[in-house]
Amino acid sequence: MNLSFDVIVIGGGHAGCEAATAAARLGARTALMTQSAASIGVMSCNPAIGGLGKGHLVREIDALDGLMGRMADEAGIQFRMLNRSKGAAVRGPRAQADRKLYRQAMQAELRDYPNLTIVEAEALELLVEGGCLTGVVSTAGRFMTGSVVITTGTFLRGMIHIGEQRIEAGRFGDAPSNNLSASLLKHGFFLGRLKTGTPARLDGRTINWGVLDEQQPDSDPEPFSYLSSGIKQRQVSCFITRTTLAGHKIIEANLHRAAIHSGAITGRGPRYCPSIEDKIARFADRESHQVFLEPEGLDDPTIYPNGISSSLPTEVQEAFIRTMPGLENVEIFRTGYAIEYDFLDPRGLKASLETKHVPGLFLAGQINGSTGYEEAGAQGLVAGLNAARRAGGKDPITFGRDNSYIGVMIDDLVTRGVSEPYRMFTSRAEYRLSLRADNADQRLTPVGIEIGCVSFIRQSQFERKMARIEAARARLRDIAMTPKEAGDAGFVVNRDGVRRSAYELLAYPDINFARMAEAYPELGDIDRKTADQVEIEAKYAVYLERQGAEISAARRDEALAIPPDFDFIKVEGLSNEIKARLSAVQPETLGQASRIEGVTPVSMTLLAVTLRRHQKSVRAGIV
Amino acid sequence: MTDTIFALASGSLGCGVAVVRISGPRAGHISERYCGAQFPARQAVYRPIRDPRDGVVIDHGLVISFTAPNSFTGENSLEFQVHGSRAVIARLFQALAAEDGCRMAEPGEFIRRSFENGKLALTSVEGIADLIDSRTEAQRRQALTQAGGHLADRAAEWRDLLLDAFSLLEAEIDFADEGDAPSGVMPQVRNILLQLSAGLQAALIDANRGERIRSGYRVALAGPPNAGKSSLMNALVRRDVAIVSEHAGTTRDVIEVEFDLGGYSVLVSDTAGLRETSDPVERIGIERTEREIGRADLVLWLGDARATVDSVAFGQADQLRVATKMDLLDKLPPWADVGLSVVSGQGIGELLRHLEERAAVALSGEPPLITNLRQHACVATAARHLELAMGNDGNALELMADDLRRVANELEALMGRIGVDDILGAIFSRFCMGK
Repeated sequence: MNLSFDVIVIGGGHAGCEAATAAARLGARTALMTQSAASIGVMSCNPAIGGLGKGHLVREIDALDGLMGRMADEAGIQFRMLNRSKGAAVRGPRAQADRKLYRQAMQAELRDYPNLTIVEAEALELLVEGGCLTGVVSTAGRFMTGSVVITTGTFLRGMIHIGEQRIEAGRFGDAPSNNLSASLLKHGFFLGRLKTGTPARLDGRTINWGVLDEQQPDSDPEPFSYLSSGIKQRQVSCFITRTTLAGHKIIEANLHRAAIHSGAITGRGPRYCPSIEDKIARFADRESHQVFLEPEGLDDPTIYPNGISSSLPTEVQEAFIRTMPGLENVEIFRTGYAIEYDFLDPRGLKASLETKHVPGLFLAGQINGSTGYEEAGAQGLVAGLNAARRAGGKDPITFGRDNSYIGVMIDDLVTRGVSEPYRMFTSRAEYRLSLRADNADQRLTPVGIEIGCVSFIRQSQFERKMARIEAARARLRDIAMTPKEAGDAGFVVNRDGVRRSAYELLAYPDINFARMAEAYPELGDIDRKTADQVEIEAKYAVYLERQGAEISAARRDEALAIPPDFDFIKVEGLSNEIKARLSAVQPETLGQASRIEGVTPVSMTLLAVTLRRHQKSVRAGIV
Repeated sequence: MTDTIFALASGSLGCGVAVVRISGPRAGHISERYCGAQFPARQAVYRPIRDPRDGVVIDHGLVISFTAPNSFTGENSLEFQVHGSRAVIARLFQALAAEDGCRMAEPGEFIRRSFENGKLALTSVEGIADLIDSRTEAQRRQALTQAGGHLADRAAEWRDLLLDAFSLLEAEIDFADEGDAPSGVMPQVRNILLQLSAGLQAALIDANRGERIRSGYRVALAGPPNAGKSSLMNALVRRDVAIVSEHAGTTRDVIEVEFDLGGYSVLVSDTAGLRETSDPVERIGIERTEREIGRADLVLWLGDARATVDSVAFGQADQLRVATKMDLLDKLPPWADVGLSVVSGQGIGELLRHLEERAAVALSGEPPLITNLRQHACVATAARHLELAMGNDGNALELMADDLRRVANELEALMGRIGVDDILGAIFSRFCMGK
């Protein structure tokens, strides 16, 4: 086979699927290259999508017409809105997915996707000529292309650890990609090691469910996708058990046999998703840890015990698991394991996820040091869009910290690098109140419309929705009342003689839209979704305004671009250490430079002065 | 590569010893070229210092080397202690300026590097600037304490408290559904924030005193025309034992004199006489007087001993009523607290004792944490956001977190870590060469 494509995406996981379809949506002739087409859309670890911060990412992917949200809506068997009792900005949608249904939905979606070809082959080597990417050599032949997205997850020199045992694998049962690692090394990329883990899988038919606490799904499940009208699958419960002291003793006695503690693993694992042996070693005073028993599918007896990933030997894991209430006689389908894999220092990437080193080469997902399906999918989307734009000769599209979690994540990765697998949290977003799961479409769909990556259906649905919100907002602003009138309507406000609109009154903690509609029955014809949306905005109005001011201040720094060949060594007055830090990252804007670890405000002032002088001389034609 | 900078760190030449400070990557190299070797850090060595261009001995002196990060600037540094001669320094500087990557320091550049390398918090930089400018004992004590990290250390404690509260709050937000997160953190968060709030408030209550010690306890001379204000001012100026400086104030009509009274800086300002007038020029002078009285800590209300004086109230300022021209009368009139005469000199000593006493009451005590208006603004803004945060602790945790982020930003600005471009320029411009 000897073919050429506009974009080739290597890897068929969550990042690869989003990358390939995003490129295809922009009209690029795209190939998705995977070792096994049957593994496309496989959920390698927990059978769940979303969560706090992660649910935000899924909504953002959806707002740009990505797949993850719609697939999860197809396959979701337990929808829960996390932090339901807290404010809208920190609520995160999450769903257990039927593993099989998810994979089937993804494969069905990709099968008929316009502009997309699936190539079953292992990528062996990148072709680079004159410093630019020109193609990929694979087991199915040589392919010519100017844009490649690598999304190989844990497959680069993947090594599974179960106790003393080591298996070369990208995922349980799948071969690793060692040739591609070697090819990247050859092109001068710096590879580091990270690790992650997964728990054992249990046979649900051998669990004593009667003794466990039940966690029910939401009674009014909310889908991920702005396009989904409702939930398709039957909704089921999860159950909760706990580790016991007897189990902790077993682990303590065998700690030295865990790969992570015996020194066999050198890669850093995620602090936020620790293995059970880590939890027990680090929190020795805790008598018990919660374990969620999550079903992997409607017609699948497999249960995923969330919270006990482990690299202990099989017999230790089994003995430990059987000390938990309800699991005394459980049968274990498959042992848990830790996996070590190569990643590339993401500080070598631009905000477009293109490598600085090899133009045309893009990276997304775990290869950049992140963890999680949602993090991978969101990067895949951005890399796919930019790979296609590059193929079409367009400027890259980037996302900012002020418009999306996608922007926060990518800026964190490319500016600060990673010392452990990077997971999204709401606390990473300084503009958290503006970046909500409920308004991802308002933030990003207009961007999608502009660059042409959203469907006509989504565009028209979005435009109608915005018109409804705009109208409702205007009607609430038109209702104005004096403190006395407000009091008569049952709203307590200061008797200061100031007239307030119904919109302003919604910011009061004890006033909501339902009460407002009682006092003003003419508001009753505003539909619930629109009302909810306007109510959230109104609640945050004061804070959003304050945040808006901060955002415009920050944008001034973002607007000051640093030329790619800018020499930080020549900036007068900077200390050597700061010059070294800046040179290592080669930030693209002054804003990005200021977020590099250890960079001081004084050095930013010096840099700003130098850049402005540089800009002036460029304009005057001196440089 | 960063320049290596040098400057005279001691005072004017024609003196016994001059100290030349050199800081930057070439410090060790310079030690080799001028003294033939590099020496162990922090040890004074007596050596001939040679001009490397021709090998001529410039002077004999002490050489002390410091290695990064254990130096004032945080860089490799070298100090020469040579004779305080103009010719020695001129020759030495000519030679140093000819070195590659070596130049004269800009004013304040040493301390700027020290700040940049994280050796000093901004509040300590301000302390050092105040110390260099200090004229009275109280100013010296306050500045030295500040330079030593008085407020910086406290702000670091505040930041730690804030981080504790933040981590609990963010865990409650981001890990609420993961089972292993701490639950019911709010009482703990509330306790931490109460502690933080108490700290900020205590510092703020004392803030006025710090600024007063630094810029002077303000005394305004006021009273009707011809009450003897200017004569008293002149008499005070002539008692040169106490005077620190004499300079025109911000307006032609307000003259200020600074005294060192019992270790405190006291600023006395003479003002235009107060009276009803239709003359527009005089009216402007009176407005300025009123402003001066408005910001004074103490108003000396002067009146002719022979006149009857109505009691006058001056807002919040303390006041002392002074009967002048007492040489013309033998008994203190009932309205006055003090009587004096600039002709006979009687009562002036007593007045100064009164001023000293009032200043001491207002300014004594342990050095305050906040010593200038910039610090005050940061801490006050932080306190305001903290109050908002504590008002959001019921159900709006994400709003509380947003308010706390602003508190953190203010504390970072206080320490000089963020967003202080303009302020930094202003602060560092206070330093003379060599510091």
